[in-house]
Amino acid sequence: MTDINKILPDQIRSDFPKFYPGDHILVQVRVVEGDKERIQTFEGDVLSIRGEGSNRTFTVRKISSGVGVERIFPVNSPKIAKIEVLKEGNVRRAKLYYLRQLSGKAARIRGKEA
Amino acid sequence: MSGIIGKKLGMSSVFNAQGELVPVTVIQAGPCKIVSVKTKEKDGYDALQLGFGEKKEKNISKPVLGQFKKKELTPNHVLREFNFQGNTEFKIGDEIKVDLFKEGEKIKVRAKSKGKGFQGVMKRHGFGGVGGTTHGQSDRLRAPGSIGSSSFPSRVFKGMRMAGRKGFDNVTVSNLKVIKILAEQNLILVKGAVPGSINSYVELIKS
Repeated sequence: MTDINKILPDQIRSDFPKFYPGDHILVQVRVVEGDKERIQTFEGDVLSIRGEGSNRTFTVRKISSGVGVERIFPVNSPKIAKIEVLKEGNVRRAKLYYLRQLSGKAARIRGKEA
Repeated sequence: MSGIIGKKLGMSSVFNAQGELVPVTVIQAGPCKIVSVKTKEKDGYDALQLGFGEKKEKNISKPVLGQFKKKELTPNHVLREFNFQGNTEFKIGDEIKVDLFKEGEKIKVRAKSKGKGFQGVMKRHGFGGVGGTTHGQSDRLRAPGSIGSSSFPSRVFKGMRMAGRKGFDNVTVSNLKVIKILAEQNLILVKGAVPGSINSYVELIKS
C-alpha cells in the first residue's frame, strides 16, 4: 500500500514557533468579510494537539466574559496568519481537558513567560 | 460518457483556495491505453476499450493474451469500455491520461463496493428490528418480523427483502467534484468518498 500523504504535495507549514499543551498562545486568524480581509486574534491556553502530518490540529481555550470558549485550528491552515507563544505552561498531561471542569484560580496554569 | 480507469489509493484532506480543509479520495487515474476501438458498423455500438495496470503473461488466459499479441500491446490487468461519443480520432495503442478531466468539474465514479458477507436485514436493508425488550420478549431484537400473510397468498412474494450477501455490488456515485489533478503523477483528487476498498479499480466517468 502506498502512503498517500507522501505522494501528495506538501501542505505542512513550518513557519510557526513550537508550542505545547499548557502554553498560553495568541493565534491570528485571517477572516474574509465580503471582499475585505482582516485579522482576528484568539488568545488562550492550548488544551491538546492531535493528529499527524497535514491533519494535525490544536485546541485553544479561553474564558470570554465568564463563558469558556474553545476553538480547534488545523495546524497547517492557510487561514492562520501568525502564532505567538506568550507563556510556556508547566503541565503534566498531554491533554488538558480537566481544565473544563475547573474555574477561576484553579484553572490557572503555572509557567514562565516566553 | 467518456472516462478512464483508476486505482483507489486512499483518503486524505487538502486545503482549498478559501483555506478550508476538504476531504478527498486520491485515485491513480491512468494512463490507460486503447486496446480496441468498437464501431457501430462492425460491433453495433461505439466504444473505446481501455486497459489499465500490468499483468504477467503467465497469469492471463490464452484467448485474451492473443488479443493483446495481435495488436502488439502488453497485457493489462483490467479492461473497461467507455463510450467516447463516436469520436473516431483515437487509434489502438494511444494513451488516455488524467487530463481528460478539469479541476472543478463534477464526475461520476463507479466501482465495486466493499463486500460485507452474509448480513441480517437491519444492516442489509435498514430494517428497524422487532419491538421492545420487555413482556418476556428476549431474542427478536434484530429479526425481520413478518414476511407475508397467511392462507392467502400462501407463499412469500418474490423479491422479499431478507438476510443475505451484502456489498460487492456495482455502485455509482454522481456529482463528485474534482478538487485537484496532478498530471505528472497521474493522480486525481475527488471530493468525498468513493466505493470500494483501497487498491481496488474504479471507473471515472465524465458526466
